[in-house]
Amino acid sequence: MASKSQQAEHYFVPNPVIYPVIVSLGLLSLASGFIFNVNNYAAGGWMMLVGTILILSMVFKWMGSIIAESEGGLYKKWEDKSFRVGMIVFICSEVAFFAAFFGALFFMRVISIPELASFDPNFTMYKDFVANWPSAGPGGVVLGKEYVPAKFEPMGAWGLPAINTLLLLTSGATVTWAHWGILKNNRRQLVLGLFMTVALGIAFLACQAVEYHHAYTEMGLTLGAGAYGASFFMLTGFHGFHVLLGTIMLIVILLRSMKGHFTAQRHFGFEGVAWYWHFVDVVWLGLFVFVYWL
Amino acid sequence: MFTQWFKNRWMLLISVLLSLHAHAEITWNFPTPATPMAEDTLHVHNKFMLIVMVIFLVVLGIMIYSIYNHRKSKGFKAAKFDGPSNKSQLIWTLVPFAILLYIDFILMGIPAYHSVVAMEDTKTNADMVIKVTGSQWRWQYEYMDGDAQGLKFVSNLKTSEDEIYNKTDKNPQYLLDVDNHLVLPVDKKVRVLLTSTDVIHNWWVPAFGAARDAIPGFLRETWVKIDKPGVYRGQCKELCGKGHGFMPVVVEAVPEADYKVWVEAQKVKLAAAAEGANKEWSKDELVAKGKEVYAKNCQVCHQANGKGLPPAFPSLVDSAIVKGKIFDEQGKLLKDSHLDRVLNGKGVMPAWKSVLNDVEIAAVVTYERVDFGGMSDTLQPAQVKALR
Amino acid sequence: MSSQATVHHDHHDDHHPTGIMRWLTTTNHKDIGTMYLVFSLIMFLLGGIMILGVRAELFQPGLQLVKPEFFNQLIGVHALIMIFAALMPAATGFANWMLPLQIGAPDMALPRLNNWGFWLLPPAAILLTLPFTLALFGIGDGAIATGWTFYAPLSVQGGIGVDFAIFAVHLLGVSSVLGSINVIVTILNMRAPGMTLMKMPMFAWSWLVTAFLLIATIPVLAGAVTMLLTDRHFGTHFFDAAGGGDPILFQHLFWFFGHPEVYIVLLPVWGFMPQILQTFSRKPMYGYKAQVYSLWAIGILALVVWAHHFFTVGMPVPALLYFMYSTMSISLPLAVLFFCWIATIWKGSLTFETPMLFAIGWIVLFGIGGLTGLVLADVAADAQYHHTYFVVAHFHYTLFAGGIMGIMAGVYYWLPKMTGHMFSERLGKLHFWLTAISFNLTFIPQFFLGLAGMPRRIPDYALQFAEFNMISSCAAFVLGLSQLIFVYNIISCVRGGKKATNKVWEGAEGLEWTLSSPPPYHSFTEQPVVK
Ligand code: HEA
Ligand code: HEA
Ligand code: HEC
Ligand code: CUA
Ligand SMILES: [Cu+2]
Repeated sequence: MASKSQQAEHYFVPNPVIYPVIVSLGLLSLASGFIFNVNNYAAGGWMMLVGTILILSMVFKWMGSIIAESEGGLYKKWEDKSFRVGMIVFICSEVAFFAAFFGALFFMRVISIPELASFDPNFTMYKDFVANWPSAGPGGVVLGKEYVPAKFEPMGAWGLPAINTLLLLTSGATVTWAHWGILKNNRRQLVLGLFMTVALGIAFLACQAVEYHHAYTEMGLTLGAGAYGASFFMLTGFHGFHVLLGTIMLIVILLRSMKGHFTAQRHFGFEGVAWYWHFVDVVWLGLFVFVYWL
Repeated sequence: MFTQWFKNRWMLLISVLLSLHAHAEITWNFPTPATPMAEDTLHVHNKFMLIVMVIFLVVLGIMIYSIYNHRKSKGFKAAKFDGPSNKSQLIWTLVPFAILLYIDFILMGIPAYHSVVAMEDTKTNADMVIKVTGSQWRWQYEYMDGDAQGLKFVSNLKTSEDEIYNKTDKNPQYLLDVDNHLVLPVDKKVRVLLTSTDVIHNWWVPAFGAARDAIPGFLRETWVKIDKPGVYRGQCKELCGKGHGFMPVVVEAVPEADYKVWVEAQKVKLAAAAEGANKEWSKDELVAKGKEVYAKNCQVCHQANGKGLPPAFPSLVDSAIVKGKIFDEQGKLLKDSHLDRVLNGKGVMPAWKSVLNDVEIAAVVTYERVDFGGMSDTLQPAQVKALR
Repeated sequence: MSSQATVHHDHHDDHHPTGIMRWLTTTNHKDIGTMYLVFSLIMFLLGGIMILGVRAELFQPGLQLVKPEFFNQLIGVHALIMIFAALMPAATGFANWMLPLQIGAPDMALPRLNNWGFWLLPPAAILLTLPFTLALFGIGDGAIATGWTFYAPLSVQGGIGVDFAIFAVHLLGVSSVLGSINVIVTILNMRAPGMTLMKMPMFAWSWLVTAFLLIATIPVLAGAVTMLLTDRHFGTHFFDAAGGGDPILFQHLFWFFGHPEVYIVLLPVWGFMPQILQTFSRKPMYGYKAQVYSLWAIGILALVVWAHHFFTVGMPVPALLYFMYSTMSISLPLAVLFFCWIATIWKGSLTFETPMLFAIGWIVLFGIGGLTGLVLADVAADAQYHHTYFVVAHFHYTLFAGGIMGIMAGVYYWLPKMTGHMFSERLGKLHFWLTAISFNLTFIPQFFLGLAGMPRRIPDYALQFAEFNMISSCAAFVLGLSQLIFVYNIISCVRGGKKATNKVWEGAEGLEWTLSSPPPYHSFTEQPVVK
């Protein structure tokens, strides 16, 4: 809440910038390129490339100017609070995004699959379908006159996924340890903690890549494997994508820490990323329980 | 020309407006109910409308009073109050709140509860079961039990293109007429099962008060019990693509005796059609029959000239599939052949296997091969029958 | 709310680029607000023209002007444009312009994100409308033809236009989320010293609820259309029974967003409307606290009633009953709001300048929309109303009368503050009366059409619907042409006219009226103190 002392301050209003417009143009190009691509029009790939380059270069510059402003001492307590509140709200919106996919998973598992199996066999086209989970749904292939349900193996919880859980939980601890470091102004601890976190993040991604490869090549578990396959890959995929982003941001923070950025009092950049990392961590726990385990 | 067009429209409008009150067709409320459910719905609707109308008039009345009396131009000075502050004002808010609670959950809530329960009670005391399948853009009806069990037919829009494109006068049942009515006995509780082969449709007859979605892969149900014989018309009311405005529902309710007669007649027809599948057809017979089938079922998408509407609907003229082989050397149906496509569909292209009978399928395929593909071979109904 | 402002003018030069670069690069809340409002107006005209094509086709039975598939594209894009590109940006435009002024802030809290939030909109509008143009060159078969609701599996089988609409929704969603973050941070962190939450202007409260709803629901819509995209192109089966998915799942996800959406577009209006009413009644607004609580009650209830949009899909009876009663209970907080609005004008000293005319007309017409909504909530009768013109009439009373006419009241109320000039009262009043009358003539017949059984989204109809459609179509054209008066009035007000005083309206209250008209480039360089 605004207090007397802030009233004398000037709130930092950045100068006009061109980056946002160009990012938007990049997104337009990326999106339409993607659409052309999936609809088999030739120009799509090029448009996606141009869009990606525009976006990445602008994000790079935009973040660069934020870092410069931060180091230039333009952000004080007042601005800092804006960033904090903003980050919290942003993470809430991410929660809602994942909620949609969890919602889809629960809906199919609890409502639509049992319902499909419950119809009167005299009337339904899916006579032989029994509800169980994991399920790829009633529609299989008809070979000759025989009906064969789609075949796949579900992903067990206690192999790689359990290791991944350990990796992520540990990384949550190391990033907190790094935070203690900066609070004590112990920069060695900060850098070391961040380094370990990044390493754990990368290890997680590597395990997930192995897991996906295994699923596609040996288990018949693909995006097309009905309700289970779709929700499995969309949930873990979007989560993995968030881990990737988080890792990249952690790397940036690590490099900044090595350059001597952040102080014990002012380190929103670090904390924002740490919050994001914890959020990704919590989502994983949800995934582990509801996608892999139960 | 343009001004002429406008002049005509204006004249039309004026004459219509003048004759408005004289028109018998215009209705201001739901159509006359023909089932208990529609009866109930109408009552609930009338009651609710009355309630909200009263609320509206009260609110409006207060506002008009205030607007008229509290004007600055009349020298009215603003009073000073800005919100409830003491106990009497608390009562002032609680009492209207209680009234609203009463209106919402007692006055409106209780009748609504009973109608919902009655509406969903599809199974108790059902006398017969029919299954309605929606497809782009036609309804298919199947009788699931009783005498008529196994009876099954497709119901297509009967209105001609010429009427739709204003080339001839429109007949009184414009857009609400089909080739085959669903025939139901009166005073019997009919359980109606609904499903679909492609997208979501909604089977709706206003006079029955019943509307329910037909969802691909799922079964939904509703029920009707028609009071009076007559022809009842409705429409699909879930957006289902370009033909959504053109898939009417027509139900003919008849006394039970007439219903029995109708069922027997249908069975005879069915047997004749099955017989047709066993005989050898000549090419001309097949093409003539195929042309009919094509106009009824395929033309919406592939157009009368067979050129389709690319890219959404492919042209059949010069199509590799239409010109291609149907069976391989062993006499097995080739995948992605002409007949395979028609029987099993693909994407937007419907599967016709369960919609058309053997003769119709053989005829339409032959017709397409001859007229659009420039081929001269025929496909015999028996060949189609063998694949079932 | 008593407030006293100390305004210090900003003396250091505000150097910013000029010409087009000013608008592309600006981080100033008023510039961005202006862009939002102008964009909204343009999109309103575009969406209106599309639906005039529809009304022309529906003028009489038979197909005359457009093909059915094109008709379906027109209605869907009309709705998406009107809701996402006309109504929502207008509300965000007001938030940008007025929130900092009303709470005594120097600017919005996150100015660069603010700029990005706006500049995502034009690309989104391009994505929505591009397929129309592409089709002319033989690429694809036109825009999305599923209506604005994207229902699977129709949208799974649809053409390239669906893909474009999916990405348009993604961009619009990112824009809304950024806007909401900005609004929440601004309200929580940028208020003038002494302005406690319960002293905030109602507009700030209403936007706080709006932003909360947006954060909770927009990402769900994004998720839903993403599943649609993967169903279309990457072989998933979220909405396909063969894979254990369910088309109804899509409807749940869509309406979990879609129902709150209708309050998202109206909440900002419910915020500034009491401010307009109190100004022209010269009497403080009635029941400030009651209104704040009601806004939150509506916000929370909005999240739990979504399934009333698909009562006819065949849900279990308990679900039907739950959704029916929860929907009905929204009428309680709305009744409180109505009560407070009317009590605000009651025994005021009323004058009827254009903004007040719109405000009064708005209460009456939105009342019709709301009350018919209540009737729709009844499951049994809804089987009859559902997907008929009765619903179309209901939601134009809420969206056009409640939304667009509300926004117009706001435009007339704040235009002198924004431009520094008075608009023409005479034209404003003419605009009001023409709009109100032709609006009713357009949509009242649609209630009767619905009752008589005309389904919505059909390009052609049976003969018994002809008369009402004809009236509706003619009135729609008058309604459309009347909006040209509005446009003309705005343009001439921007270009000149009688100078506006700081306070503009005799009874106006609030910090925004303590600044000059138009306000200085940097609004409050030093924050006023609110006592
Ligand atoms: C801004 C937009 C807006 C608003 C505010 C509302 C408000 C409401 N709407 Fe509406 N609605 C839409 C936009 C809106 N709606 C749209 C766009 C659709 C169609 C979408 C589509 O399918 O494309 C729709 C469809 C729709 C349906 C689905 C119909 C169908 O398809 O079958 C239903 C059903 O319950 C419904 C109900 C309600 C209710 C109960 C309210 C309530 O919030 C209304 C509350 C207000 C009042 C009740 C009036 C004021 C109160 C008083 C004067 C006090 C006294 C009153 C009493 C206690 C009775 N709406
Ligand atoms: C904010 C929302 C909003 C607004 C403002 C409107 C405004 C209007 N709407 Fe819309 N409408 C919807 C939201 C809205 N609508 C939605 C959600 C649907 C459902 C879609 C679906 O089924 O999926 C719908 C559907 C819908 C239908 C049903 C179509 C169908 O089901 O087949 C109809 C039919 O009459 C209609 C009519 C109108 C009319 C006449 C206006 C008028 O008020 C418009 C008035 C404005 C103009 C006409 C612009 C005028 C401008 C000019 C003429 C100037 C041109 C000059 C220059 C550009 C220089 N609308
Ligand atoms: C709902 C619209 C629709 C109707 C009705 C329809 N078709 Fe099709 N048809 C399609 C579409 C779409 C395709 C393209 C399918 C694909 O390849 O994805 C198609 C493809 C075909 C093809 C293959 C053409 C090619 O070259 O790919 C044939 C043959 C065909 N249809 C025959 C028929 C017959 C016979 C009927 C009527 C009995 C019919 N169609 C009715 C939409 C329709
Ligand atoms: Cu079938 Cu609309
Ligand atoms: Cu709703």
